[in-house]
Amino acid sequence: MDVVHYVNLAIKAIFVENILLAFFLGNCSYIACSKKIETATGLGIAVIFVMLICTPACWAIKHFFLAKGALTWAGLPNVDLSFLIFISFIAVIAAMTQVVEMLVEKFSPALYNALGIFLPLIAVNCAILGAALFLDQRNYNLLESIVFGLGGGIGWALAIISMAAIRKKLWYSNIPAPLRGLGITMLLSGLMSMGFMCFAGIRL
Amino acid sequence: MPEALLSKKNQKIVKDGLWDANPITFQILGICSALAVTTQLKTAIVMSLGLTIVTSMSNVIISLMRHFIPSSIRIIVQLTVVSAVVISIDQVLRAYMFDVSKQLSVFVGLIITNCIVMGRLEAFAMSNPPWKSFLDGLANGLGYSAILVMIGIIREIFGAGTLLGFHVVPQWMYAHGYANNGMMVLAPGAFFLLGIIVWIQRAISGYAESA
Repeated sequence: MDVVHYVNLAIKAIFVENILLAFFLGNCSYIACSKKIETATGLGIAVIFVMLICTPACWAIKHFFLAKGALTWAGLPNVDLSFLIFISFIAVIAAMTQVVEMLVEKFSPALYNALGIFLPLIAVNCAILGAALFLDQRNYNLLESIVFGLGGGIGWALAIISMAAIRKKLWYSNIPAPLRGLGITMLLSGLMSMGFMCFAGIRL
Repeated sequence: MPEALLSKKNQKIVKDGLWDANPITFQILGICSALAVTTQLKTAIVMSLGLTIVTSMSNVIISLMRHFIPSSIRIIVQLTVVSAVVISIDQVLRAYMFDVSKQLSVFVGLIITNCIVMGRLEAFAMSNPPWKSFLDGLANGLGYSAILVMIGIIREIFGAGTLLGFHVVPQWMYAHGYANNGMMVLAPGAFFLLGIIVWIQRAISGYAESA
């Protein structure tokens, strides 16, 4: 239970097991929104934000309601609701996205305008649900899930922003017509993912 | 005059999903799972089956309810229907194919946020009758499956030298210095392969993005 453990977890979530480049999560919005650096940055920040809030929320839902024996406090020690994990996690994420949207609109209209359409769309970004399901599968505790959520979000943002920067350069290249867009983005992601694999083995 | 079950129009729906508007290469939907579950052919097949069932079933259900869903809450209704179907599939997998379910890990649950399902519900099932929606879901699911199985076969043969768990690369090739390509099993191999498949499919079907 020392700091090093959490730093290691964060490094692993950001670089070694990058949620986009190693687990392929959130690929659709990654391809659709990486055409411009501004939108990529906005979406990246929004994802970090929502992920940081959703992972502890999902942890709490699982820990107090859904896991086997979690309802002991309500006098129901034998109830196992874990089959409801999918539906409650997606509901939590959709609700949280809505709450975050309202909060941001109220307290920071500038950020709200910058993020625009992307905030509501995050509800169906599989990176968020993926992170929530990973923390369920790996049995993280509360602090670990917060660190994992933050790290996963930062890793995702890092990947999409760098891809947007590369694609900006591509405007000046002569790519074969059928390879334009999706094709070349996939090939580039492959190279990027190879680059990120070099981080494997970093430990403090 | 009721339309025939497989009229010209309905045939076009099927053909669109399979080839002309293939969900992965044309609509750019559902790429996450296409890359993640294809290290082996077996998981790829199970995943394709799951997704095809989920897309066609939820397409039918939403299409039946389309006149009663207020448009302001349609996303949450769609998510609920999709999650219900996915939960049933997950429970069946856990009961009868536990090892495959373990290998697919979180990706069965991630069918819920698979963009193909939501995309087809929004774009087709909300405005079309049940039979057409079923065909559309089925065709898109099969179009997705085709790409998945293709990637799965290539990655398993070149990455592990096996197909569905059987050795297909003969022993004498290893004796002459042939080695399995470890990159195929890892993430970059999946990205490269999908990039190349998209390239080939678009070169044949003649579709190109503007930038």
